[in-house]
Amino acid sequence: MNSEPPEDREPSKDRPASQSWVPSQDQVPPKGRDADRDADRGADRGARRAASADGGGTPVGRRVLLGTLGLGALGLFTAPTLQRALEAFLGAASGDDPTGLTGLLPNGGGFRYYSVTGSVPHKNASNYRLTIDGLVDKPGTYTLSDLRSLPQTRLVKDVQCVTGWRVPHTPFEGVQLSRLLDAAGVRSSARAVRFTCFDGAYSESLTLDQARRSDVLVALRMQNKDIGHDHGGPVRLYVAPMYFYKSAKWLSGITVTDEVKPGYWEERGYDVDAWVGRSNGRDDDPTS
Amino acid sequence: MTLRADAPAPAGTRVRRFGHSQRWVHRTTAALMGVCVATAACLYIPEFAVLVGRRELVVRIHECAGLALPVPVLVGLASRAFRADLGFLNRFGPHDKVWLRAAVARDKRRSSRPAGKFNAGQKIYASWIAGATLVMLGTGLMMWFTHLTPLVWRTSATFVHDWLALTVGIVLAGHIGMALGDPEARRGLRTGWVSKDWARREHPLWRP
Repeated sequence: MNSEPPEDREPSKDRPASQSWVPSQDQVPPKGRDADRDADRGADRGARRAASADGGGTPVGRRVLLGTLGLGALGLFTAPTLQRALEAFLGAASGDDPTGLTGLLPNGGGFRYYSVTGSVPHKNASNYRLTIDGLVDKPGTYTLSDLRSLPQTRLVKDVQCVTGWRVPHTPFEGVQLSRLLDAAGVRSSARAVRFTCFDGAYSESLTLDQARRSDVLVALRMQNKDIGHDHGGPVRLYVAPMYFYKSAKWLSGITVTDEVKPGYWEERGYDVDAWVGRSNGRDDDPTS
Repeated sequence: MTLRADAPAPAGTRVRRFGHSQRWVHRTTAALMGVCVATAACLYIPEFAVLVGRRELVVRIHECAGLALPVPVLVGLASRAFRADLGFLNRFGPHDKVWLRAAVARDKRRSSRPAGKFNAGQKIYASWIAGATLVMLGTGLMMWFTHLTPLVWRTSATFVHDWLALTVGIVLAGHIGMALGDPEARRGLRTGWVSKDWARREHPLWRP
């Protein structure tokens, strides 16, 4: 490591220790500052470094570093207050921001795209299928137009992600999951529902009681338009009272089971019963 | 911006600015920081997230690069030349106040910008980015190992991590932008040598 050529060695010792900074005539107007002040803070240090302006002086670098650490810690303690204020401010600002730049800021509002796989096949009205099987009397398959022909329910609630972002007053429309379960005839031994997705990796699950809530939809529309591919279209799950990872995108299978099987993120440490404000260690306002 | 590619100063008119250790630390730190920034962009900016997906893999790479980020500096501490440079970065002399005052006043005259081996701006940058990296590491660990800290801390850690990431990104862009504007400074970190003229001009109080 110390193989530097001789030019790289520390300043020579043959200059007086007091000159920790000596302006040459044409460089800096003398400020009347007493450069000797710091020199006696350790004769050895002064002696070794005196030749150049380097090395002497106050340890401002250390102070800046520690100050940054301190600000970081302060940020941790004031974060809840700051976050509320920023969300209110940026939420209002993003309302009339034609550039959309506020959406890129933390807490700037809007949805973020999360996918657990590299690419997700596109499905449309011609090739989309939703299968229902497991502990049911009448397993079946729905096409997109089958789902569209069923009675639609519209819910307008906040969306809360477990990573912190929240999108207020987001309309979802679709078929109540309980309607599909009733049509399939759930057997008495059933306790839970498992959801699978055509991205090939994601899965979710709910208890049967949770799945039968009136605010759980097989959603076809979001924000008053058909759900696009990036948002999990053409069909996604919408579990209004829970964190948004429960609302599986690209829904392709509903399997009624006898016990809850943890889903993709739940295998990776997130709560299975993901009520907004009562799980995952968060205290967000409930969404439903 | 076109990068000027002047021929290096002829031998005899060059001075040694950095040894192997400093250049190795800078290069590996820069590479790890680059990985952190690139993966962060893929996790955070919707357009990139749509392109890349694979969220778990990207998170894993981001975590590993972040964890490794301080390692080159720690390993570099074994080198006396690197430790000496850290000492130069740490200590502020009276001339650094002159430099900072001129920077604030946008006074670009050479005579008002006295600097030793590192100028005051480089010193502030180095200490701030070191502190910021440690804050990113700490908050990142809180988000990673969610059961180690009280639960409310995770939201706060995410908040600090997000906003500091934005700040670091802007400051890094400034750092890279300044390097792009100074080919001789880049040559110093690439080859270890700079021209004497450059050293006299940019770092008049440096005695190599």
